[in-house]
Amino acid sequence: MEWFLANSPMVFERAGQHLVLALVPMILGLLISIPLAQFSRRHSALRQLVATVSSLLYTIPSLALFIILPPLLGTRILDPLNVIVALTIYAVALLVRAAMDAFDSVDDDLRQAAVAMGYKPAARFLQIDLPLSLPVMFAGLRVVSVSNISLVSVAALLGVGNLGMLFTDGLQRNFVTEVVVGIIAILLLALVMDALLVILERVLTPWTRAGSIGTGAKAQSGAEFLADAKVHAGAGS
Amino acid sequence: MAEAMIEFQSVTKQYQGGQPAVDQLSMSIDRGSITVFVGPSGCGKTTSLRMINRMVEPTSGTITVGGRDVTSVPAAELRRSMGYVMQSSGLMPHRSVVDNIATVPRLNGVSKADARKRAEELLDVVGLDPSLGKRYPSQLSGGQQQRVGVARALAADPPVLLMDEPFSAVDPVVRDELQQELLRLQRDLAKTIVFVTHDIDEATVLGDKVAVFAVGGKLAQYATPEEILRAPASEFVASFVGRDRGFRHLGFTTADGVAVHPVETVTRGGDAGAHPDSWRLVVDEQQRPLGWEGPGLDSQLIPGGSLFRPGDTLRRALDAALSSPSGLGVAVDGDGKVAGVVKGAEVLSVIESARRARQGAL
Repeated sequence: MEWFLANSPMVFERAGQHLVLALVPMILGLLISIPLAQFSRRHSALRQLVATVSSLLYTIPSLALFIILPPLLGTRILDPLNVIVALTIYAVALLVRAAMDAFDSVDDDLRQAAVAMGYKPAARFLQIDLPLSLPVMFAGLRVVSVSNISLVSVAALLGVGNLGMLFTDGLQRNFVTEVVVGIIAILLLALVMDALLVILERVLTPWTRAGSIGTGAKAQSGAEFLADAKVHAGAGS
Repeated sequence: MAEAMIEFQSVTKQYQGGQPAVDQLSMSIDRGSITVFVGPSGCGKTTSLRMINRMVEPTSGTITVGGRDVTSVPAAELRRSMGYVMQSSGLMPHRSVVDNIATVPRLNGVSKADARKRAEELLDVVGLDPSLGKRYPSQLSGGQQQRVGVARALAADPPVLLMDEPFSAVDPVVRDELQQELLRLQRDLAKTIVFVTHDIDEATVLGDKVAVFAVGGKLAQYATPEEILRAPASEFVASFVGRDRGFRHLGFTTADGVAVHPVETVTRGGDAGAHPDSWRLVVDEQQRPLGWEGPGLDSQLIPGGSLFRPGDTLRRALDAALSSPSGLGVAVDGDGKVAGVVKGAEVLSVIESARRARQGAL
């Protein structure tokens, strides 16, 4: 605790770096995955291919990727860009499948209804498919958030600044407190990010929590129907 | 002869390597009327409907709406000029009821405030309380959702309404209400409505004209519901219309000639002797029927049958008599008060003389 208090500015700086390295790839991954999923979802061969390739991508060890990328990108080994690119690849690997599932979860009758009302394809996608896919999409985002926050720490082995450096530094100095502070900080970061995503989802999808009488009401009795009509007649007179 | 609004000219729809879904369909749909497409599954009725707003493109042939070939208009624009109501209300779960209704005006560039104002008016038109407007569709009953679906289809005031089995997912009582509501709306609005159903009863209740489709996408008969029940054009139509067609046909003649006889009534709760020797009608303080008391039944209340109202058809009159435990059909006036009873035998003799009159006219 004393060590943490003495070094808190450093820990917070590392946490900030950690967050940027985790968050930027998640957003980039989302921006790449949505169009990719929407396009490949509708062609069964392409869909298979994308699903397989994305699984394979996720099996590449992160350390290997951090080392391979600099010569491919022409960056220095210490460049945070390597981490951003690597984690974006992992984010896409997870999110493209989540996004395909998310778009599949939208009732096709609703798409038909939107077409029948005269939506053009782009407007339909943005106003109907995208919002309705949010609940499933957020499930995928929460996995990516946790995955990215944990993977970023690996980049500390290369010397890219983040909370993982508390591990490498603590290990070299044989100083357990620093390692423990690192673990707790990463855990807290993951929890806070997850909570923020849950709140964001709640704000963006208010309709999912509207009390539902609709499902059971398909077989609603005429009596209730008439009661509604009476209420209405009363209001009109 | 009514003016044609929608015309099919030799329209065929064939999916790859299959039987035609619609085969050489030529028909003309009258402006301002309800035309019902009815038939068994796979007869092409829904495909035909969807070709009108180009949800399905025909393989050959042309469809015109208001004299214009539908392919001459961009598909999205064409669809906005036609209301569309489907079986599963198709309401957007992430939008409030009012915003659902406002959809097409919004697509047409009407401001949010104006579109919502119009949507609130439409709630009233379809018989829903305006306070429901802020709810999400999942917070409404099935029947209310279907009403919102109709309101949404009417929002841009399109001349044509396409309705694809809109009432088939709600229970029979609600369906009956929705059908009557649609007929009431249509009296004010006079839209050109094309309505798809697999239910011949619904077709004869709603249709000014009924098109019976046979499997393979062929038009088997296109006529008024009265004619289809009275004179089916083929074995197929006769069997599709079903065994009760004689009884259902009675629904096209009003029962004005049926005599209404006085009936002994007793007010509920009033002491009028525990053992009646004949059937007595039990009524409430407002003279509205509650049920029957029968001979030897210890003043036990037996639920009554269907009611016969002024202006009802022979079908209703006969059903009132047949469904009554006493064999006497209860007739009520416009306020629901007992007016008397009708007798089954007399209804039948009116039916018989109506038949003779029709033969004489031929």
